[in-house]
Amino acid sequence: MAKVVGEVVIDTERCKGCELCIAACPSKCLSLSNSINVHGFQYTVQSGDNCTGCASCALVCPDAVITVYRKVNK
Amino acid sequence: MSDIVCPENLVYKKPSTLKDAIMHYCPGCGHGVVHKLMMEVVEEMGIQNDIIGITPVGCSVFAYNYMDIDMEQAAHGRACALGTAVKRLYPEKYVFTYQGDGDLAAIGTCETMHAANRGEKMLTIFINNGIYGMTSGQMAPTTLEGAKTTTSPYGRDVETMGYPLRISELIANLPGVAYVTRQAVNTPANVRKCKKALKTALEYQKQGLGYCMVEVVSNCPSNNKCTPLEANKFVEEQMLPFYKLGDIKVPEGK
Amino acid sequence: MGEVKLMKGNEALAEAMIRAGADGYFGYPITPQSEVLEYLAKESDKCIIKRTGMVVLQAESEVSAINMIYGGAAAGKRVMTTSSSPGMSLMQEGISYIAGAELPCLLANVSRGGPGLGTIQPSQSDYFQSCKGGGHGDYHMIVLAPSSVQEMVDFVKLGFELAEKYRTPAMILADGAIGQMMEKVELFDQMPRRTEFPEWAANGKPKDGPSRFVTSLNIKPELMEIINERLQAKYKEIAKNETLFETQNLDDAEYIFTGFGMGARICNKAMELARAKGYKVGTIRPKTIWPFPYDIYANVAKKVKGILDVEFNAGQMVEDVRLAVNGTCPVEFYGRMGGMIPSPEEIIEKFEEYFINGGK
Repeated sequence: MAKVVGEVVIDTERCKGCELCIAACPSKCLSLSNSINVHGFQYTVQSGDNCTGCASCALVCPDAVITVYRKVNK
Repeated sequence: MSDIVCPENLVYKKPSTLKDAIMHYCPGCGHGVVHKLMMEVVEEMGIQNDIIGITPVGCSVFAYNYMDIDMEQAAHGRACALGTAVKRLYPEKYVFTYQGDGDLAAIGTCETMHAANRGEKMLTIFINNGIYGMTSGQMAPTTLEGAKTTTSPYGRDVETMGYPLRISELIANLPGVAYVTRQAVNTPANVRKCKKALKTALEYQKQGLGYCMVEVVSNCPSNNKCTPLEANKFVEEQMLPFYKLGDIKVPEGK
Repeated sequence: MGEVKLMKGNEALAEAMIRAGADGYFGYPITPQSEVLEYLAKESDKCIIKRTGMVVLQAESEVSAINMIYGGAAAGKRVMTTSSSPGMSLMQEGISYIAGAELPCLLANVSRGGPGLGTIQPSQSDYFQSCKGGGHGDYHMIVLAPSSVQEMVDFVKLGFELAEKYRTPAMILADGAIGQMMEKVELFDQMPRRTEFPEWAANGKPKDGPSRFVTSLNIKPELMEIINERLQAKYKEIAKNETLFETQNLDDAEYIFTGFGMGARICNKAMELARAKGYKVGTIRPKTIWPFPYDIYANVAKKVKGILDVEFNAGQMVEDVRLAVNGTCPVEFYGRMGGMIPSPEEIIEKFEEYFINGGK
């Protein structure tokens, strides 16, 4: 069965840690990092491997820091 | 990096029309989302060289630092006057104003109403978060009844401070107006709809149908003294019941 | 020789605007300058001047009109508005923004008596507002003071030229009398509208260059200071290069009558009457009241017994005259206010009272 797999690349230096993406993710695969970026913000990281590449996180991201990729594994 | 991250699998990236500068907005602010959506639409329509934006006074005064298009920064409330002149002088270009609720619904109501009434063929993006952002949390014309702000510390008393103003419903009554819609950016689904509305408005502008307004009900985590998630919950539970989403006016036959 | 016509001041100004290749006029009716918009409207079809394609729009207020000017100028177009004193007060915020954003445009104030709603009769009581920065912040605009209908025409062309040369707002400070009176004028030939725009103009991002933005804002004080220093350097340059004035009979003059605009014209008549009575009087008329021709007053003050400044106000330009003269000779003032105009006979009477009959 074909399986959709996704992955996000987060520009962590531009992330402000607002967590809107974390709440928007239907797969619950995003979380806040334990470390901070150069601006002092905790940033979002992909912590789960069940991303489907739906881009919900990127849509609600006010700082346009998320790039989304999606692949169909056959 | 996995084999998923490669160009042929790309489904979403920051539009090239949005500059790389880090936006000064507070974490979670809706301005960033709307800037991004507008620039996505500009990129998709291929009109980066043919659009002029007018920025307001308010938090989004610096929009020109983020949108990679030609922009003019207006005096407080006067964006629609600038927009009128630019559109009249360059009728072949796209023109939009980007204004908050203080800029548009208080000091700039006159300019906005008259530009709309003349049917100026431009778009106004109206960010309504129900509070003054840049000056730190004073009451806006759009502040909800009972809402506490620094200038209505005991809650907005409509008997003495006036009622929250539904600009979009007012504007929709004017014959020069082609399209008025109220959107939000608090959920992925609403973000998608908002983008579609922005694109629709620019298409109507191209067709010369008249003045268009896309109101976006937005948040203000800092001045509502809450987290971005709580601010979006406030939008959902308090703002949207009063500022109902959807098209308020569409051109005939559309 | 250009076309010669008998025209009303306001109409001549409007005709000159079309001929100067203006791209847009945005204005709001107010007495005594409403004929400007009326004339342009008559020449228009669907808010476009038929001859040239210039945009003409009646704004909903002076506040809106000046911000339309700001918008049009920022997009690189040659734009103009006109108003009269109370309307000009409403425009001050916009003028400050235009000066701050360093945009060229031309304004005309066909001024009337104030303060407040005042009167609709001619006055020169907006000198301070025009020359000393009527809005907020350290700025100046170039201010031309016409004393004839001919200059209402000539100064439109000159005003656009100077505004564009220095990227700064310019103003024609007329008064209700020049706006309303009819005189013979020689019109310059139609100039073409521009087809190329300055590289700073925000009129659509160039395909081969960065996007532009026009703003008067800079949140960093150390950068805002640099912008202010640049503005002040520009004002110095304008003062050095563009100060204009006119003199009559200075060679043998023992006394000077001075005034600007219509006031200067009455001074010239008074000078004739004075000379007929045997007084050696000359006149000085600043054509630019900002920049002000300080040097001519400073130089003349060394040679004359006194200067009489005549204005349709409580004494505004006289402050600049006194600044220039700096005590070298006596400077007296005579003015009428509220829309009243001094007659040449009154001026002679005051002159004799101040300078001949041994003072007040």
